[in-house]
Formats: sequence, C-alpha cells, structure tokens
Amino acid sequence: MTTVLPFDAEAFRARFPILGQPVRDGKPLVYLDSAATTQKPVEVLDNQRDYYTTMNANVHRGIHRLAELATEHYENARVKVARFIGAPDPRSIVFTRGTTEAINLVAQSWGRAHLTPGDTVVLTAMEHHSNIVPWQLVAATTGAKLAYIPFTPEGELDLAAFERLMQGPVKLVALTHMSNVLGTINPVESIIAAAHRAGAVVLVDGAQSVPFMPIDVAAMDCDFLAFSGHKMMAPTGIGVLYAKPALLEAMPPFLGGGEMISKVTLESSTWAEIPHKFEAGTPNIAGTIGLGAAIDVYEAMDRDGARRHEEALTAYAIERLMEVDGLILRGRAARRGGAVSFSIAGVHPHDIAHFVDQDGIAVRAGHMCAQPLIRQLGETALTRASLYFYNTRADIDALVASLLRVKRFFDRAP
Amino acid sequence: MHLDEIYQEIILDHYKHPRHFGKIPEGQAMVDEENPTCGDHIKLNAAVADGTLRDVVIECAGCAICTASSSMMAEKLVGRPVSEVRDLIARFNAMMRGGPELSDDELGDLTALKGVRKYPLRIKCCTMAWHGLDAALNQLKA
Repeated sequence: MTTVLPFDAEAFRARFPILGQPVRDGKPLVYLDSAATTQKPVEVLDNQRDYYTTMNANVHRGIHRLAELATEHYENARVKVARFIGAPDPRSIVFTRGTTEAINLVAQSWGRAHLTPGDTVVLTAMEHHSNIVPWQLVAATTGAKLAYIPFTPEGELDLAAFERLMQGPVKLVALTHMSNVLGTINPVESIIAAAHRAGAVVLVDGAQSVPFMPIDVAAMDCDFLAFSGHKMMAPTGIGVLYAKPALLEAMPPFLGGGEMISKVTLESSTWAEIPHKFEAGTPNIAGTIGLGAAIDVYEAMDRDGARRHEEALTAYAIERLMEVDGLILRGRAARRGGAVSFSIAGVHPHDIAHFVDQDGIAVRAGHMCAQPLIRQLGETALTRASLYFYNTRADIDALVASLLRVKRFFDRAP
Repeated sequence: MHLDEIYQEIILDHYKHPRHFGKIPEGQAMVDEENPTCGDHIKLNAAVADGTLRDVVIECAGCAICTASSSMMAEKLVGRPVSEVRDLIARFNAMMRGGPELSDDELGDLTALKGVRKYPLRIKCCTMAWHGLDAALNQLKA
C-alpha cells in the first residue's frame, strides 16, 4: 500500500508542464478555463509517449505481441473506469469520443427504439447544447416531445415543476449533474428516484461532475452516465458512456463497422457482445489508455483534500470577484462546483476575456454552449472562470486585479 | 497590457456612443445575424436611393470591437455610391482576413481596427456588420 499524501495544490500544479509556460510576452499563464478542458499532468503525457513507443497496435485483432499489449491496456482502462465510477461490471463501460457522442449514442440507439409519439423526454433549462440537440434530433424522428425543468434565479432546479412534469408520459429524464455555467450541483439522486418511480430512465451528464467529485453509479442508480476524459486530465477525443448492462443488451447498435460485429454476411450481421457492440471501428486506443493513466492520478491522490481545496477556492473566488464594482455573479446555488460565471455592467464578456488574456489569464467568454440558459438570464454572453485542483489563490488574485483594471479602463473611457 | 493596440480612444468612443444605431422591431430587420461562437448579435437595415446608400440602422448586442466596427462602418459609408460601398466592404473584409492593407488615408477612423488582425479569434467580431451590410445590399439589388 502506498500512502496518500494530503493534497498540496502547489505540488499538484507542478506536475502540469503547460502551467509553467509563459504566454503573451512572458506573462505567467493563469489558466481558468478547466471547465472547457483541463491541462494534462506528466503522468498522462508520459503515458501517451510510452504507448506509442512501446505498444502501438490495433486492439482485439491480430495475435502478435504488440496487439496483445495494446488490447490488454485498452481493456484494463475499461476496468479502471468502471472502478472509478463504482460500476460493478466493466461491460457497462462504452468508450466514445466524449460526452457529446455518448449522449448521441443513447438518443439514437435507446431513443429511436423506445420513444413514440406522445412520449416526453424531460431535460432541464440549464443543459449544455450536447444534452439538448441530440434529443431535438430524436424527437423530430420519433414524434416525442421535449419538456424542460426550469431553474430558479439562484440557479437551482425547480423541483416542484419537475414533479408536475413527471405526472405526464415521461420515458426519459436527461440532466446535467453539474452546470458548466452556473456551477450548480443538481440533486440527481432524488431526481433519479422520482423518475424511476414514474417508470422513466435517467441519463446524467457528468462532464463537469465526474472530474470534480467521487461518483458511484451504483448508489446513484442512474441508467446512463456520460462524461469526457479531457475534462479530467486525459487526452481529448476519449469519453465514456456508462449504462446498465441490461439496457445496453437490449439497445440496437449506434454505428456499424468493424469491432462491433459477431458475424457478417452479405445480407445481414449479428452483433458482438456488449460493450463492443457499441465500439465500431478502431477506437481511440491511446486516448483510452491515457484516460486510464489519468484515473491512476486520481486514485493516487487525496481526492477529498483536492475537492475541499477546489471548494474553498471557489468560495474565495466568489468573495473576491464581488470586489469588482458592477459585477453580477450568475449562479448562487448552495451546492456548487468551480465554474463561476459573471457579467460586468458596461463591459462585454469578449472585451473582458481579451483584456485579461493580455495579462496571461485564460477565461471563457460567450454562451458556453448553453444558449437557452444564457437567454433566460437575459444575457447574450457571460464570462466564466472555471477552476481545477491545480488553481491557487494567486490565480484568483491575478484575475481580480486584471478585472479591476478592465473596469477602470472602460469607466474612464469617453 | 497592450490595450492601446486595439482598444484605442476612437474605438471606445464608438462603443460608448455608437452612430447609426437604433432599435429594430422583431421581424423587421433585413439582416439578423448571430455569431454562434460568442453570441454577438447584429440586426441591420439599409436604404438605397439613386444608387446611393442613404441610411443604415444597426442594432447590435456585441463587444466593443463589434459595436465600434459597426458604428464606424455606417459613419464611413452612408451617403456614398453603392458601388463604392461594395468595393470598400470587399477590400476591408479581405484586409481583415490577411489580404492587402488599405491606406490610413482611405480608412480614416477605421485604421484603429487594423490591430484586430493580430487576434484571429476577434476578426469575426470586426467584420460581422460588414458582412451584414453586404447581405442587405444584395437583398436590395434582388
């Protein structure tokens, strides 16, 4: 047994080479865009190089040594992912390109097989486009209707409205576990229980929550969970769909091709066992193994300590941002993660992002792929600072100092 | 900070006091464009008579660059022959995409926007109104 050292943000940060790289004429990089994608630690970078230098081969075919090694590591990553999210059976883990593809897989495969005219799919008004558009597409082909759980001015779901929606013919509820704009952590456990009582299945978008907090799909009892590797230190282009095995067994394939078949004739084909039935074509082998390496980093660290650090830093960020005159914080949920969105009276988010970038600070400006949410707030765009375990108070201090300069600049302008 | 590179006084002036701006009622805009990557939103109407661009009305929910570029464009082009307007639109947009540079004499206040070329992600902010006016002129021709 190795001992897990108490979480130390500075020591953790030192493992991310890019964070030591100067930007914009030698300014230290202040990276506050981790809700978009996290940076990668040396463990993952080394793993990618190791993969391509020692075992690159296609998986599940060929009997040579490299194919054997690559397949073993690929399947081992599946076991790691299953353990990481508390899934008892690794067959419930389907590798995808990311959260978006995972949700599209469920919408196209499960959705087309189960949704009929008159059925309702319940979403929330705080979803990312990736958990709205796939359902609009499948609604258009099946005749199902979409309904949305509204959110309160604080940025919390209106659970009374949810209960009213569940009186109707709801087949599926799909919602984010943690809003990428408001930071809100939704009470998915009670929503799942209520949906199950009404006979609906539940998909949880874990893109923001899985990187941040321990997830136990067995305890949560979600039917589907989608998340992305690149928001949790792994390479881009690898994501996960967790699904209860019985659901996967009954679902038709999503994409057809190699890997996913059992027998192919010129007339028809039969499918491979799950999860391979849903992994057509050569998968993102390096990315999958890199996701396994990222999970190793999580498992070797003091995760409670890291989470407490991010929570304390989020509270500190909110407190300090309030020093900026005219700043309006968007999202004041009691349970929240490290995505902090705001507007500043008289300064457009684009201009804010541009100004702070001149100080080496990376934030996001725009609609954060959540146009309906932004519209409900009465805005066309917001600025978002989003945190990860490697951020420190110095990052927040740099942002606030830069924002104060932006504000002064625009205030004194003619 | 190298703010003066693109956030010059003239740009801030047009941002805070945009010219040829007004409210365009729902459904009455000839051009209604949104930049899907950032949410900048422009509505635009143009009026042409006797081969001359007589008026432009812009409603813009955008950043300083988008707003100032729209305002400066309208100020520069209203009252000019349509052929000249179209020519300048084409050459301005080409310049922003890395094409031949227009002289400061010809650009006047618009010279302040040249700095935006250094920031590829902001060029769209700068050219949105120009594309919008071009589209409006196409409609008037049709």
